[in-house]
Amino acid sequence: MDALLALTVGVLVSGAVYLMLSRHLVRFLFGLILLSNAANLVIFASGRTTLALPPLVPDGLEAPAVTVANALPQALILTAIVIGFGLLAFAMVLAYRAYQSLGTVDTDAMRVAEPDVNGAGEAAEEPAPARSEAA
Amino acid sequence: MSWLTVLPILIPLTTAVFAALAWQNLPAQRVIGLIGATALFVLSVVLMVVVWQDGVLAAQMGAWPAPFGITLVVDNLSAAMVVITGITGLAVAVYSIADIGRVEANAGFHPMLHFLLAGVSGAFVTGDIFNLYVWFEVMLIASFALLVVGGGRAQFDGAVKYVALNLFSTVMFLSAVGLLYGMTGTLNLADLHMKVREVENTGLLAAVAVMFLVAFGIKSAVFPLFFWLPASYHTPPVAVSAIFSALLTKVGVYALIRVFTLVFSPEALGEAFDWIQTLLLWIAALTMITGVLGAAAQTEIRRILSFHIISQIGYMIMGLALYTALGIVGAVFYILHHIIVKANLFLVSGVANRLTGSYDLKKIGGLYKSKPFLAVLFLIPAFSLAGFPPLSGFWAKYVLIKAGLEVDAYWIVAAALVVGLLTIFSMTKIWAEAFWKPHPGGDGAIAVTVDRGAMLALTLPIAALALITVAIGLYAEPLLSLAERAAGELMDPAAYVRAVLGAGA
Amino acid sequence: MDSLILRTATRLIVALMLIFSLFLLWRGHNLPGGGFIGSLVAATAFALYAMACGPAAVRAALRVDPRLIASVGLLIAMVAGVLAVFAGDPFLTGLWSKPEIGGAVLPLGTPLLFDIGVYLTVLGAVLSIMLALEERED
Repeated sequence: MDALLALTVGVLVSGAVYLMLSRHLVRFLFGLILLSNAANLVIFASGRTTLALPPLVPDGLEAPAVTVANALPQALILTAIVIGFGLLAFAMVLAYRAYQSLGTVDTDAMRVAEPDVNGAGEAAEEPAPARSEAA
Repeated sequence: MSWLTVLPILIPLTTAVFAALAWQNLPAQRVIGLIGATALFVLSVVLMVVVWQDGVLAAQMGAWPAPFGITLVVDNLSAAMVVITGITGLAVAVYSIADIGRVEANAGFHPMLHFLLAGVSGAFVTGDIFNLYVWFEVMLIASFALLVVGGGRAQFDGAVKYVALNLFSTVMFLSAVGLLYGMTGTLNLADLHMKVREVENTGLLAAVAVMFLVAFGIKSAVFPLFFWLPASYHTPPVAVSAIFSALLTKVGVYALIRVFTLVFSPEALGEAFDWIQTLLLWIAALTMITGVLGAAAQTEIRRILSFHIISQIGYMIMGLALYTALGIVGAVFYILHHIIVKANLFLVSGVANRLTGSYDLKKIGGLYKSKPFLAVLFLIPAFSLAGFPPLSGFWAKYVLIKAGLEVDAYWIVAAALVVGLLTIFSMTKIWAEAFWKPHPGGDGAIAVTVDRGAMLALTLPIAALALITVAIGLYAEPLLSLAERAAGELMDPAAYVRAVLGAGA
Repeated sequence: MDSLILRTATRLIVALMLIFSLFLLWRGHNLPGGGFIGSLVAATAFALYAMACGPAAVRAALRVDPRLIASVGLLIAMVAGVLAVFAGDPFLTGLWSKPEIGGAVLPLGTPLLFDIGVYLTVLGAVLSIMLALEERED
C-alpha cells in the first residue's frame, strides 16, 4: 500500500512539474492542482496506512469499540482540500480576468507591471483585444 | 484570561464581517473599519502588558487539551508582533479614508483588510503548526483579493505572479507539515519541541527543515525566492501596498524564527544544524545585496521601496542565522522597527503621487518647495531605514552588527555595512528626485487642491508613525528590553512549553 | 445553453439537490456529511440552474447577494464559538441543550450552529466565484 502511495505521489509530482514549467498560465495552475493533491497524499501516507474501520463512534459508546483509522490526517487533508479548493478557484478567476484584461495567458508576455526596457513583451502593452473573442 | 488570546483574531474577523454586511455603504464601512482597527490596537496593547507581567499565555480552543486540540500561545514575541499589527492596521485604516474610493471599496477593500489582519494575528498567536498553515491561507486569500482591488491592468499582471509563487509555497508548507507529522505524530509546536528530539533520522528531519525554509523563504521573499515581490507590490492602491509591505513578508520571517528556534533547534538537528545555519547566513547576505542592488536600478518609488523590503529581510535573517541571543534580539528589534518604517515610506509615496501625479521619479519633483512638512516626514523613515543615528534603524543595525562581531562573522558584518551605505544612496535618490529637484512640468504641475480633510487623513498616520520611529530612536531602552525578553524566550522555550503542556512537561 | 429538456429536468433536480444538501447538513452532525459538503451540493444545484437558465436567473432565485450569505454565515459561525464565553469555557467549546419535544429528546448544540455558519459561508463564497466566472463583463 505504501509503495503504491509513493508511486502515485511520484507520478503526480512529475506531472505537476512538467505542467508548471509551461509558460501557459492555465497549464501552470493545473500543475499546481496536481501538486496540491500530491501533498494531500503525503499527509495521508504520514498518518500510516492501516486496514482499519472509519473512525466513527457507534451509538451509546464514548470511544470506538475496535481499532479505527487515524482520523487526524484525514481531518488535515479535508482542511487542506477545502483551502486549496478556495485558493485555486480564486486563481482560476484571476487567470480568466487577467486574460480579459491583458489579452494573453503567456506568462512571458505579461510585462505590464514590470516593463522591459529592451522592448520585449510589447504585445502585452497594446489594449486587450480579448473582449471581442470572449463575447 | 484565555479569551485574551482569541481576541486578536476575533476582533478583526468581526470587523470584516460587519464591513462586508455594509458592502454598499462606504461611510459606514469606514467607521466600522476605524472602530475595529482601534479596538485591535487597544487590545494588542493590553495583551502586551499582560504578557509582560504574567509571562506566556496559552489557551486551549474548544477545551481540547494540548497537544490534541489547537492551542493559542502568546509570548513576548507574539504579543509584540500583534501590537505592531495593530499599529499598522490602524494607520492604514485612517489612511484608507482618503486613499480608498468607491471603486476599491466595491471590490471589498474594507472587509478584506480586516480579514488580512485576522490572518496575520492568527499566524502570530497560534501554537499549532497546521493552524499556522490555516492562518497563512486566510492571509493569502485576503491578500489575493486586496491585490486586485480596483482592477488595473498592472494589478492583474502582478497578481498572477504573486498568486502563482505563493500558492507553490503553500503546497511546500503543507507537504512539510505532513512529513513532520509522519515523523513525530504531533502538530502542537510545544509538543514538537519535545518530540523532534526523539527522531532518530536527523537527515530526514533536516530535509523537512529545509522544506520549511523554502516555504517560509518564498513568503518572506529571501534570495533567490523573492521575484514575486517586486513584481506585485507596486501595483495595488497605496493603502494595500503599505499593509503588504509592513506585514506579509514579516509573517514569513516570524514563522522562520519560530520554527527554527522551537522545532528545528540545534539539539534536534544535531550536526545538520551547522550547514543550515551556514545556508541561512549566505541567504541573509545575498538577500541584502540583491535587494539593494535591485533598488538602485529602479526609478519608480514603490519599486525602489519594494526592493528595499527584500534587502531589509536579509538583516532579519542575519539575526536568526547568527543564532546567538544577541542575534535574535537584533532580528526581533529589526522586524519591529522595519514594519513601522516601511509602512510609513509607502504611505509617503502615496501622498507624493497624489500631489505630483506619478510614482516615476523622472516625472515628479518639487515636493520640498511645496510641502516642506511632508519632506521632513519622508526624511525620518528614510534615514531610519538607512540606519542614521539617533533613529530606530540605527539601533536595529547596531545590535545586529554587534552580534555579528561577537561571533567573528566579519564578512556578514561587512555586507550589512555596505548594504547600509547603498540604502542611503537609494533614499537620497528619492529625496533628490522627488523632493529637491523642480517638477519637470513646472511649479504649476503640483496639485495643491487636495482638500484639507483628505490631506489630514493622509498625513496623520504618516506623522504618527514617524513619531514612533523618533521615539524608538531616542528612547530605545524599552523596546530593546522587550526584544531581549522575546529572544530569551525563543532561545530557551521552557516557559513556552510549560504554558502549553502544563507543569509536568 | 438553451434546451427545453435541460430546463425542465433542472427544475426537478435542483429542488431535490437542495433538499439533499440540507439533509447532509443535518446528518453531518454524527455521521458522514456536514456543512461543507452540504453547501457544495447546494452550490452544484445553483450551478446547474445557472447552466440551464443563466446566471441572472440564479441571482433572482437567491434574492440576496451571495457575498451577504457568506458574511452572515461567518457571523453565525463566530457567534457559535463565542457563545462558550457565557458558559465560562474557551472559544469554540461545544455547548449542548437537550429540550424534550413531545417525549423525544432533541439535542441542539453550538456545533450544529457552527456547521450552519460553515454551510452559508461556503455556499456564499462558491456562488460568488461561480457567478463571477459565468457573468461576462460587457
